[in-house]
Amino acid sequence: MLDKNGIAKRIAKEVKDGMYVNLGIGIPTLVANYIPEGINVVLQSENGLLGMGPFPFEGEEDADLINAGKQTITTLAGSSIFDSAMSFGMIRAQKVDLTILGAMEVSENGDIANWKIPGKMVKGMGGAMDLVASAQNIIVAMQHVNKAGESKLLPNCTLPLTGVHCVKKIVTELAVLAVLENGGFQLLERAPGVSVAEIQAATAGKLLIEGDIPEMQL
Amino acid sequence: MINKVVKDADTAIKDIQNGQTIMLGGFGLCGIPENCIQALLRKKVTDLTCISNNAGVDDFGIGLLLQQRQVKKMISSYVGENAEFERQLLSGELEVELIPQGTLATRCMAAGYGMPVIYTPAGVGTEVAIGKETRVFNRKEYLMEYAFDAEFAIVKAWKGDTAGNLIYKSTARNFNPVMAMAGKITIAEVEILVPAGELDPDQIHTPGIYVHRIFQGGNYEKRIEQRTVRIK
Repeated sequence: MLDKNGIAKRIAKEVKDGMYVNLGIGIPTLVANYIPEGINVVLQSENGLLGMGPFPFEGEEDADLINAGKQTITTLAGSSIFDSAMSFGMIRAQKVDLTILGAMEVSENGDIANWKIPGKMVKGMGGAMDLVASAQNIIVAMQHVNKAGESKLLPNCTLPLTGVHCVKKIVTELAVLAVLENGGFQLLERAPGVSVAEIQAATAGKLLIEGDIPEMQL
Repeated sequence: MINKVVKDADTAIKDIQNGQTIMLGGFGLCGIPENCIQALLRKKVTDLTCISNNAGVDDFGIGLLLQQRQVKKMISSYVGENAEFERQLLSGELEVELIPQGTLATRCMAAGYGMPVIYTPAGVGTEVAIGKETRVFNRKEYLMEYAFDAEFAIVKAWKGDTAGNLIYKSTARNFNPVMAMAGKITIAEVEILVPAGELDPDQIHTPGIYVHRIFQGGNYEKRIEQRTVRIK
């Protein structure tokens, strides 16, 4: 079973040289720490920055320079800054190659819910609805089950949707799964030490298991 | 050159009336018009509809206007970690319209570009789409969203000149340029106000035509929400 950093590390392998990538708040932000040497990617932060750098050294924080998670960050050689309309313009125009975000639920046809639990919790959709509606490639980073132990991979989402038919891949502490075009989660990889039966038990939606399922290489 | 300078924040916002719609620039606490928010608190104008990506935090930014119950309705994309905002939303004390962040930005842009509507895929198939006209272009469905109509836009820039031209700094730019374009009356507060002619015309982010009032702000706290650092 993986911890949060393990999930981020596995997702980092999906990031290819030359990509422009948007990382959501939470586990996706950690992906930046595991992008391999020699892979050049540009991180987009939807508050208006391309080329997000690491956190500043202590004492060098700039209140005017933050990422979409409101964390203090730095720029890099080649960074650029722009306004919010242009930021979502480049997202809508599919200039951003890969979006990695968290979720509360994902359905077997690729619907995603991640912004609201009616009557209990409202975070707001932020930029997530724009990102999932336009991105060509969306990877969800999340825990396989919620705090109550219920599966977050469902036949249908029960929470208000963020987007429909958009998630392509999911990485959890247990597994890597692809969302099939015609519906269903195809099991691609198991986390180290996790059995197919454990993944099956934690997945409420339709799970497709073909042949031997390899263990993740981290 | 037309002079847009007003004395201070109180003068700049003096004719904002109860029940009006105002846009406020900023992302989180980054690039928010701190001086004008303080002036709105002093003026105690109420029943405002505020269009802003966030609503500050409990004790800073628009969060202070919420605490003083000056806001009737928020139009935002993210509640995030603002406990008072979430509490007023869930209890129904505050009317809240949550909309996708790109839709928020682009509805501002449309107003500033003189376009009545935009079409966006954001929110298709979700509760955001309820009651909205949709159209299919190239086999993809889009929602029709209206340009914002706001009496005032209040923005924060780094530098400005007496003609109202604005330059923003770093990611404090965010929603400020598109909101500056979208207000019927746009108020800009700047950290540094210079005479017309001192800014390079090639470097202007918001042309002065969009700015009706400008003043030199002061005492910027620039609070950081998430101070993240690495060790040397």
